[in-house]
Amino acid sequence: MNTDDMLNVTKILFEYLPNTLKLFFFTLLFSIPLGMVVTWLKRCRFKPVSWLTNIYILVMRGTPLMLQIVAVYYAIPMIVKGAKDAAEGGEVSGFIQFLDNCMHSSNYMFVALVVAFSFNYAAYFAEIFRGGLESIPVGQYEAASMLGMTRMQTFFRIIMPQVIKRVIPATANEVIVLVKDTSLATVIAYTEIMLKAKQMMNTYSSIMPLFIAGLFYFVMNAIVTLAFMGIEKHYNYYK
Amino acid sequence: MAILEVKNLSKRFGDLEVLKDISFSVEKGQVVSIIGPSGSGKSTLLRCVNQLETADGGDITVDGLKMLTTENGKVVYAPKKTLREIRLKIGLVFQNFNLFPHKSVMQNIIEAPIHVLKKSKQEAVETAQGLLEKMGLTGKEKSYPCELSGGQQQRVSIARALALKPDILFFDEPTSALDPELTGEILKVIKELAEEKMTMVIVTHEMEFARDVSNHVIFMDGGFIVEEGDPSELFGNTQNERTKQFLKRFKGVQ
Repeated sequence: MNTDDMLNVTKILFEYLPNTLKLFFFTLLFSIPLGMVVTWLKRCRFKPVSWLTNIYILVMRGTPLMLQIVAVYYAIPMIVKGAKDAAEGGEVSGFIQFLDNCMHSSNYMFVALVVAFSFNYAAYFAEIFRGGLESIPVGQYEAASMLGMTRMQTFFRIIMPQVIKRVIPATANEVIVLVKDTSLATVIAYTEIMLKAKQMMNTYSSIMPLFIAGLFYFVMNAIVTLAFMGIEKHYNYYK
Repeated sequence: MAILEVKNLSKRFGDLEVLKDISFSVEKGQVVSIIGPSGSGKSTLLRCVNQLETADGGDITVDGLKMLTTENGKVVYAPKKTLREIRLKIGLVFQNFNLFPHKSVMQNIIEAPIHVLKKSKQEAVETAQGLLEKMGLTGKEKSYPCELSGGQQQRVSIARALALKPDILFFDEPTSALDPELTGEILKVIKELAEEKMTMVIVTHEMEFARDVSNHVIFMDGGFIVEEGDPSELFGNTQNERTKQFLKRFKGVQ
């Protein structure tokens, strides 16, 4: 591969970078709030809810994300078909209708990916947040309570800011893994950096495109690392 | 009239009876020390009165408000609104300070006045500055708890409790996490509060301090109040064998 080819490969990978970034950002956008909800459900005092949440986390962490992507991608059409067959041409529920519209939209592949990624990452985030939450000494709750603060005030003003500081390193880990995991989207032929690099590897009969793709991930993660270092520094004003 | 009245209070953790039939009262302006060996139930007693533990039996009345009563052997707590009202009449200083580490000294003190009592920020800050001056902490407003010594942290936590203008202030072994030198500064602050007729209940292992500062001393052991009375009586001239035995260990120090 000559320099021109390498520049060309880089240029083409750049064109597909937004697809990778889109998956990355949408996954973060949904999985972090979802993770908080899962933490909350897991700590629910009504035991069946807590158990169900445990099963959810067990499945999400216990099976490959690649498998989950494929499952979500093919499960939706199967559910829709099943429901329509059962309805024998009659009306189907609004939810099925919604899924049907989804799978026929041009974004279906992306939607399926974000769903699979978000549910998977939410399970990991949930455990990180739970760890952070449970590491706050009970004395903090007691002090807040002695000052007459409500449960909401205690959580949002006293507990949560401290949890955020404590979960940053573990969250950074997860976000870095996510940058690389976006490449799993190739399994359903979503054209992002990895898939494009593989295609060009064949075109050029060279391993160079793969190497350049590697650099893309490396630079993205260098940026993520720097960003998290900045965030950690911001919270460094107290111990 | 008693500002705090505790009658027949009992508390158990599983099979362990930590408090057995505790009764005592605190008058306005009184300084009461609670002494006794570790595991005698002193801290649990404080935590029950402060609503940090639920009692299993007895009556507690704070400033005329019934916090809990026992009817037919069942404990009945006052409605939430009353409990909250009582809570705001009571301040507690913890053994390990429990300051909010992510908030500065000033923020720690004005947090509750602003967000609980809904005072204006300006008013809360003015009050806080006065308290900090009293605690000898002027200039530390912007510091974070981790930048302060243990003694300074404990003084901030006293200021934080005082900012809500409690009618009665509890101390749960306020000097147990401090070295002897820092202990002195806290005891000095408590003495000053006593001179201002602040009503205080202090769980402490500092016998000399308990004798000097309090008007009334309660000696607890095994979940009971073994003896209570005037400090000079209890420390100097007790007839109770258990009290004598407990105090003997401190005689050398004094």
